[in-house]
Amino acid sequence: MKIHIKNGRLIDPKNNIDAIQDLFIAAGRVVAIGNPPADFHANQTLDASGQIVCPGLVDLSARLREPGFEYKATLESELRAAAAGGITSLACPPDTDPVLDEPGLVEMLKHRAKLLNLAHVYPLGALTRQLEGKNLTEMCELTEAGCVGFSHVTAPLIDTQVMRRAMQYASTFGFTVWLHPEDSYLARNGVAHDGEVAARLGLTGIPASAETIALATILALAQETGARVHLCRISSRDGLEMLRKARQQGLPVSCDIAANHLHLTEHDIGFFDPQCHLKPPLRSQRDRDALRQGLADGTINAICSDHTPVDDDAKLAPFAESEPGATGLELLLPLTLKWAQESGTPLVAALARITSEPAALLGIDAGHLGEGACADVCVFDAEEYWKVDRQSLLSQGKNTPFLGLELAGKVRATIVAGHLVHQA
Amino acid sequence: MPQNPQLNKNGELQHLLSIEGLSKDILRHILDTAESFTGVSEREVKKVPLLRGKTVCNIFFENSTRTRTTFEIAAKRLSADVVSLNVNSSSQSKGETILDTVDNLTAMHADMFVVRHSQSGAAHFIARHVAPHIHVINAGDGRHAHPTQGLLDVFTIRRYKPDMHNLRIAIVGDLLHSRVARSEIHALTTLGVPEVRVIAPKTLLPECVDRMGVQVYHDMREGLKGVDVVMMLRLQNERMSGALLSSAQEYFKCYGLTQEKLALAKPDAIVMHPGPMNRGVEIDSAVADGTQSVILPQVTYGIAVRMAVMSILAGNTE
Repeated sequence: MKIHIKNGRLIDPKNNIDAIQDLFIAAGRVVAIGNPPADFHANQTLDASGQIVCPGLVDLSARLREPGFEYKATLESELRAAAAGGITSLACPPDTDPVLDEPGLVEMLKHRAKLLNLAHVYPLGALTRQLEGKNLTEMCELTEAGCVGFSHVTAPLIDTQVMRRAMQYASTFGFTVWLHPEDSYLARNGVAHDGEVAARLGLTGIPASAETIALATILALAQETGARVHLCRISSRDGLEMLRKARQQGLPVSCDIAANHLHLTEHDIGFFDPQCHLKPPLRSQRDRDALRQGLADGTINAICSDHTPVDDDAKLAPFAESEPGATGLELLLPLTLKWAQESGTPLVAALARITSEPAALLGIDAGHLGEGACADVCVFDAEEYWKVDRQSLLSQGKNTPFLGLELAGKVRATIVAGHLVHQA
Repeated sequence: MPQNPQLNKNGELQHLLSIEGLSKDILRHILDTAESFTGVSEREVKKVPLLRGKTVCNIFFENSTRTRTTFEIAAKRLSADVVSLNVNSSSQSKGETILDTVDNLTAMHADMFVVRHSQSGAAHFIARHVAPHIHVINAGDGRHAHPTQGLLDVFTIRRYKPDMHNLRIAIVGDLLHSRVARSEIHALTTLGVPEVRVIAPKTLLPECVDRMGVQVYHDMREGLKGVDVVMMLRLQNERMSGALLSSAQEYFKCYGLTQEKLALAKPDAIVMHPGPMNRGVEIDSAVADGTQSVILPQVTYGIAVRMAVMSILAGNTE
């Protein structure tokens, strides 16, 4: 299959390219940029006039709900949603049922994803067995099976001895430890930021100190063990400040933010909107503004969708009883573009946060379009608005705070390893 | 922010879910209507026909005797048919969802739901999903709101202290967990009370409570100085566990209302409590039963206020 994408504005952050350039793909690879190689006869030509051609997006967190939660979503439904969102590589957290703590489960997931051939799926293994925070998993075996890191997701990891040993063990082999900084005690029963809105609505709050205290623990242990740590879904200004300092001191820690948290605050909960029941909670405007700044200055490495499809019934309950999370695969690009536009960030820098940067964190060869690169490509129209609603979303989860709103950024074509997997 | 879900498209009250977001005019209209109902309870035939032929369902997902009873009496005095359900003891334990329960009662042609639930936002949730002709009254949702209690409290205050624009009011006790306090604060600030104080230890105050337009005091003696109204809150026994407080004795010493502390307020100050009281924990019996107490009149007025709310809602249809 040979594809010629012509007349598009090629943006490749890693190679610092932003120019009208044609892209030539053959045998799953980028074979040329600009002029076609000799004897190139395209089977398919995509006219990308007025559109942007960039590396396929890399998402650091997408819950695909398999195995175990197929009533919420299936691998196929969610990978189609990923393709519709221009995402070609994604990491999936281990909080499935059963938990991804055995090589067989990881192999099965990789295998099923490969058969569908809609995106590259990179599982994160569980850091402890059953995510119970007690015993380490077989990290070497899991890595051989295809895991790209080890996460404790949002399961409590209270025992600091276990956390320290997990970091020591992972760093022995050079594996990355992915942690969500949240103190279990301070977050207990909490459903919203411990601020004005929670006070008014009578919701149990989660103070920012739940994040900073957990961060202090993680950073101290990361320093002591030398482990490579990735911090997931930073949510507070004070937490961000701690990270900034740790990075300045040379600690090898990276972090990401969920796309929703770039735009929303506690006030978006309004009159108990369960779509805004997210984990970590939406915090104050001051926090959100700091996060946007942190993303612009590079303290935050990447934006992820934190895709969490929730079935309708689980959202159909009073706020605190509703299941937290939002669907996100199809919103990652539009929400990133929205941030870029509002903050005046150049597209090339904004797209780096969802392509080359997350690829580097995952340690995968993706997120760039140099000659010879794997042909994962996203072609989108940055100006075209589309309405986020139950019909337009392919994900089985229709749960998002942006439901009913119009967002700019429509994916026209998605190519995974040289195969056209989505076209609109 | 979405449109206020309590109002219909004409800006009239469709549901009563929270005091927050209601205009001074709407609150005054409810209070004035309640005023006209106070006489009904003193007549020989304690009934008016305003809700004749209507069915009011009290759905209590959380136990209550007092509030449910006053709602029942209020509905009956308006000539409505009343059904009361304690849901936590029936269907919910069999796994039925809130909406299933509500849908079933709707299918039985109920016209008005009075709901209480342990989760904040439950009344909003139900109101969002009921058929358009149904009115929902929040009889207490988690820590969020108890609007009829807030209204009956301001009704009581207005009866004893008619000039609301010239009052200093203190709310004392467990504000963190109190839906009553939140409703009182919104009602008082909306009606133009210039100074609302809250008095509590830091463990029993929500974050940013000052943003609700109140002044925060931790020293009860300081906070009671010169106030016209002292509104006490109930302290639930389970708050003694979980590191919120040290002991009932110490709480009473610091935040219990005694004659001696009450003497710091204005000589004609009134004392209120939403009930049920914990005598000797938040309030001394001598105060609760004393001459400044208006705790029993609160209960009486509660019926008139609930009659007012029900009759106004029934008259507002989209």
